[in-house]
Formats: sequence, C-alpha cells, structure tokens
Amino acid sequence: MAHTEHTPVVRALYLDDDVVLGAVKSLRDKGIKVKEVYSPFPIHGLDKVMGLKETRIAMAAFMYGLFGLTVAILITSYMMNMDWPQNIGGKPSMTWGMNMPAFVPIMFELTVFFAAHLMVWTFMVINKLYPGAAPQNPDPRTTDHHFMIEVAAGEGVVDALKETGAIEIVEA
Amino acid sequence: MHYESNVREPLILGNKSYKDITIDVARPVETAAPKAWWIVFSISLVMFLWGVGCIMYTIGTGIGVWGLNKTVGWAWDITNFVWWVGIGHAGTLISAVLLLFRQKWRMAINRSAEAMTIFSVIQAGLFPLIHMGRIWLGYWVFPFPNQYGSLWVNFNSPLLWDVFAISTYLTVSTVFWYTGLIPDFAMIRDRAINPVQKHIYRILSFGWGGKAKAWQRFEEVSLVLAGLATPLVLSVHTIVSMDFATSVIPGWHTTIFPPYFVAGAIFSGFAMVQTLLLIVRRIFKMEDYITIQHIEMMNIVIMVTGSIVGVAYITELFIAWYSGVEYEQYAFLNRATGPYWWAYWSMMTCNVFSPQFMWFKKLRTNLIFTFLISIVVNIGMWFERFVIIVTSLHRDYLPSSWGMFSPTFVDIGIFIGTIGFFFVLFLLYARTFPVIAQAELKTILKSSGESQKKHHDPHGAH
Repeated sequence: MAHTEHTPVVRALYLDDDVVLGAVKSLRDKGIKVKEVYSPFPIHGLDKVMGLKETRIAMAAFMYGLFGLTVAILITSYMMNMDWPQNIGGKPSMTWGMNMPAFVPIMFELTVFFAAHLMVWTFMVINKLYPGAAPQNPDPRTTDHHFMIEVAAGEGVVDALKETGAIEIVEA
Repeated sequence: MHYESNVREPLILGNKSYKDITIDVARPVETAAPKAWWIVFSISLVMFLWGVGCIMYTIGTGIGVWGLNKTVGWAWDITNFVWWVGIGHAGTLISAVLLLFRQKWRMAINRSAEAMTIFSVIQAGLFPLIHMGRIWLGYWVFPFPNQYGSLWVNFNSPLLWDVFAISTYLTVSTVFWYTGLIPDFAMIRDRAINPVQKHIYRILSFGWGGKAKAWQRFEEVSLVLAGLATPLVLSVHTIVSMDFATSVIPGWHTTIFPPYFVAGAIFSGFAMVQTLLLIVRRIFKMEDYITIQHIEMMNIVIMVTGSIVGVAYITELFIAWYSGVEYEQYAFLNRATGPYWWAYWSMMTCNVFSPQFMWFKKLRTNLIFTFLISIVVNIGMWFERFVIIVTSLHRDYLPSSWGMFSPTFVDIGIFIGTIGFFFVLFLLYARTFPVIAQAELKTILKSSGESQKKHHDPHGAH
C-alpha cells in the first residue's frame, strides 16, 4: 500500500477491541508512540487512550449554522424589504424586523442546511475522503473483524506488540 | 464495560461474531438476487413505467387531464405529496431522534429507514413539480437573480417555506445517510473479489480506512447531524401543515395542525418501515438482526402516534363545535356525514381504531398481523390527507359552486407510478447497499448479542 511517509512502521493485527484498547495503553506506558489504529467500528474510549485531542467539528458546525442564519437574514431583508417591498396578505413589509416572523421558517431551514452540509464537507476534507480515493487502511481485514495498531519501528517494538496479544505482526 | 442488564432482551440473536455480522450484511450484495426480489422488482418497474407515461401525458397536455375542477383545485397531487413526505419522517425519527435518546435498537433498522425517507421524499417532490404544469419553469421557486424586475420569490408564503423545508430535508437526510454508509461501503470494497464491483465500491467508499481520528470525527458528525435532523424533521411536517393552516378555509384554518401532522407523519412512516422491513428480513434472512423485539418496538410507536392522531381528530371536532363558527361546524359535519363520509370513516377506522390492537402483546409480536396493520395504517393516512384536502374544498361558502372530485386514470396512474418508483429504488438499494449499519451494530455486539449476554450472566442460566 502506498504511503507517503518514509519512516518504517510496524503493524500488528488483533481480533478484539478490548485487547486493542489494553494494547494501546500498555504500549504508551512503555513509551512507544502509537501512530494509528485501524478498526472496523468506533472503539469507545480509544481516542482518550491514544491521547487524541477532542474534535472541534461540532464547533465548526455551529459557526456554519450562524453563517446560514446570516444568509437567511440578508436574502429575506434584501428581497422582501429593500429591493421590492410588496403588501402580501397585509404582512408589514416596511422593515425586516416587522416582517421577521414570516421568515422564521426560512431562517431555521437555512441554518440547518448550511450547518449540516458544510460540516459534512469539512469532515470529508479533513479526513481526505473523496470519491475514488485509495483505501486508507493498509490491510483489508480491518474493515471486517480485525483491528490494527501501527507504531514506529524501533528496538523492542515487535516484542512489546507480541506481549499485548497481537495475532500477526508486519514490519513495513 | 460491555455490560447490559439481562432484563433487556438481546438485540442480536444467535451466536454471532464480528465476522458473522460482516458476512450477513454483505450477503445480499454478494449473492444473486432471490426469485422473490425479481418478481417484486418487475411489478414495481411496470408500475413505475405506467406512472412515467401518465406524468409525460400530464406535462404534454396540461393538468387539465387530472380530475380537478373549479371547486376542487387541489386533490390527489397534494394528497400524495403530503402522504409521501409523511412516510419519510420515520426514517429521520429512527436515525436521529432515537440516536439522541440512545435507543440502541435503532441500529438494525436505521439504514433502511433512512433509505425509505430519501426515496419517499423523492416521490413527494415530484408532485409539486408536475402540478406546476410548466415543469421547465420549476426553478422559479428558488430566489435566483433575474431580469424580470427583479422578481423575487415570496418569503412570506408557506408554499415557499415548503420549498426550503423539503429541499433541506432531502439533502440533509441524504448526507446523513451517506456519511453512515461510507464505512460499510469500505467493508464491501475490502471483501469484493469481482474487479468491477471492487472498483464501484472503492468509488463509493471514499477511501475510508477506519482510522482512530476519523472514527472520532465520524461519531461527532453523526451526533451533530442527529441534533440538526431532529428539529428539521419536526419543522418539515409543521411547514407542510402550514400550507393549510395559514389559509382561511374552514377545516384547514386550525392551530392544531402542526403537531397533528407531525404525529400522523411518524405514524404512517413507521407503518411503512414495518412493511418494508418485514419483507427485507424475510427475503434477506435478517431475522437475527431485525428481531421480533424491533418489530414490537415499532408497533408501540405506531400505537402511540395513532392514538395521538385520534386525539387530534376528536379535538378538531370539539373545537369546531366550541368555536361557534357555523362554517367550521359545517365543514366537520360534512366530513363525517356528507358525500365523503366513506373516506372519513375509512380514515377513522384505519388510523384510530386499528392501532389499538397493538395494546395486546400477542398481536404486536405477530408478524402477519403487523404486516396487515402496517398496510391498513398507510391506507388510512392516505385517506386522512384526502379527507382534509378534498372535503374542505368541495363545499365552500357558496352552495351553487359546490362540487365533487373524481380522479381520472391519470391521477391514479401517477400515484401508482410513485409507488412503483419508490419500490424500484428501495429494491435496488436492498441489493447493492449494506441494508444494516454493520459498523454501528458491531459496537453493541458485546453488550447486546444473545450469546455474549449469556456469557455475562452471573448465574449462567437463561
């Protein structure tokens, strides 16, 4: 599998998520840096054990939502109250503030629209996911029932991995 | 850490491992379609093509080919639109609301329920488009800069709110669904032997590799999308109901409409999920994942929402009487005892009476009975929309303009066509997509798998 980084790594395969969790813990206790874990499903608590920072994507979604709300306010006020105000069903069109209750559904929908779509786009971009991208997992079994820990190659690493219950170790 | 009380019944039956889940979910994609699939698919395709013909006839000739008249200017088109949008609601409810409430039983059914949402909203969207008459001007519903004045869309109108609500709903449901599908497509990609198949799933899976950071973000994205989709789904049918509620037609001008429509939408949507899943679990042998317990849970939702709808019907009647407005009173009297009494009482029987059988555990765990009720409920919910729309219009303030509506073969053909289209899409989905969110399901195997639960039981029995 093509990899851009040149540093040699050791990959160990496991059959159980709890074993992986324990393995990551003990490897890190020994001072071995766990570069990556590939798993067929999210392992609860793995990010904490690996020392990953919390994701900020929810905050991004919130900002996107605010942006969508702003867009809704701008287009409704421009189109309905500035560019071409009309008397529609007696609804006050003199100022946006007076007309606003009729725009609440639009403001809500555009907030959700922008928050959801831009968040998913962000998710795809930061994870380098796009149609036709090469599979990121080095071993196809890790989307099925195997789990893989990837660590930087070094002295004693293979033995340490064996101790943690790896069923197969590949040096690459 | 994987402990779950033994009071809770297992969600995954049999002695399953992670590998078994993979194999069972990939099987429909990797094996030839069963004969039953081809039979149902052929019938649906014929229905769909018939509908396409009727739609083309409508567009070529004009909506005069429908049974509409001067008095009843809205009938099957809008009935079908509301019916299909309503059906869509259960998918989002299952995948988003049940996620927020941490209902783990959603995991075996959310994928198919969401697929149903998307496919039924597509059917719904067809009706406003074709009822425009000049469908090629359909883009006029969006506020685009133009040379006509500039002439803008009317943001004060519930019909335009609907445009925004339905387009947001359709697109957000689609990305929610697709994001969840990516890891499962990757699973099929990594198993595929046939190079063409491998290539297709490689494109579909976006290169997913299940990295730790990607999973962390994935879970956050799912949670936030669920949080966004929950108010969204409630807003969609609320806005659909406002198409009627903000008008001044007796029978439509009702403040109870938004919650009443939302409850009805969930009611009909769960019934449709029930119809589809009972077929899917049978044809694709998913009985260990979509268990009797799942069916029972959905039946309870049907029972509760059906009762809410019943309360809404009775409240409407009471308010019509209590308001003292004779036009309102007449509108409801006419519904129940006028020329469309049969539609009203079909609605009452199917929607209020039939779900009450679900109070009995024996009945709500009976698959054949559940299947029948699920169809009865959807017939009832179609009649509900027909009753609201046609009976409110056909007799207005001026008795000389009273009239009746009868559908033409084109009205009927388009409706049948959308049912065919819906099943064509769903059947294609069921053969090519992982019908169960297997990555998600694997996370609860240790806590909710049948043999795993026995293993945790301190007494070793049960």
